[in-house]
Amino acid sequence: MKAIALGAVSGALFGVGLSISGMTQPAKVLGFLDVTGRWDASLAFVMGGAVAVYALAYRLIRRRSGPLFDAEFHVPASKTIDPPLLVGAALFGIGWGLGGFCPGPALVSLGAAAPNAAWFVLAMTAGMLLQRFTAPKPKTETESEAG
Amino acid sequence: MTLMHDFTPLPALIGGLLIGLASALLLLTHGRIAGISGLYASMLDRRSSLRALGTAFVFGLVVMGLVMSWLRPASFPAGPVRSVGLTVAAGLIVGYGTRLGNGCTSGHGVCGVGRFSVRSIVATLTFMLTAGLTVFVVGKMGAS
Repeated sequence: MKAIALGAVSGALFGVGLSISGMTQPAKVLGFLDVTGRWDASLAFVMGGAVAVYALAYRLIRRRSGPLFDAEFHVPASKTIDPPLLVGAALFGIGWGLGGFCPGPALVSLGAAAPNAAWFVLAMTAGMLLQRFTAPKPKTETESEAG
Repeated sequence: MTLMHDFTPLPALIGGLLIGLASALLLLTHGRIAGISGLYASMLDRRSSLRALGTAFVFGLVVMGLVMSWLRPASFPAGPVRSVGLTVAAGLIVGYGTRLGNGCTSGHGVCGVGRFSVRSIVATLTFMLTAGLTVFVVGKMGAS
């Protein structure tokens, strides 16, 4: 129970970070992606800050023999660059550029009852289910970056 | 389409640091990558062993959206930026693409890049490129 509660704490902290960062403003996200227009570089600081903290924390945490509430770490080890990775990432970028939402900010925006968020999450859910039911073979969970 | 062009590096940096901390917390407690599309998909999948954790994480995200809409309403737009039609199309593509490519901005862009995963670095470069191209094309077409 305590372990699951810490999952919610992590989600909540992530949600605060997204809300403060500007990622829950689709207009700001689109301004960041609009490199050929009047580029707003702010969101580069979001990814820069997040990656810096995570890179450091990752090295420290992986020195442990395992996480607090599981026997071992579940970190994907695959190095294979395959078509699903490339096509999936390319599609994700297209959708991100069309709507200005990626999954995390969309879920936070849903809680905030922000404009379009419910439509986006509903459609995203449908897209995920469509992929699951049309996938040729089920992926094992350990292979997944689960991002 | 009206884009805001306020340069806000400080909130962006603070938000980014919190996102990094939240992701590190999930690694420390559960040994998992904080990939939101994956955690959300686990919540939807009855067979997933990650279902409880995914549900808890998504619950935290959504509830904090509600809380932040009270504490900091400026975090969210007052009106829609895109039409409902474009938004629904975007959502479908994001849902399908993130499952096919096993990740989104969080799992690949933050955690994957942070642990120097080759797959995630390639994925991140790919979705940044297609996202930029899409914004460029949509801007040229004058759609919103």
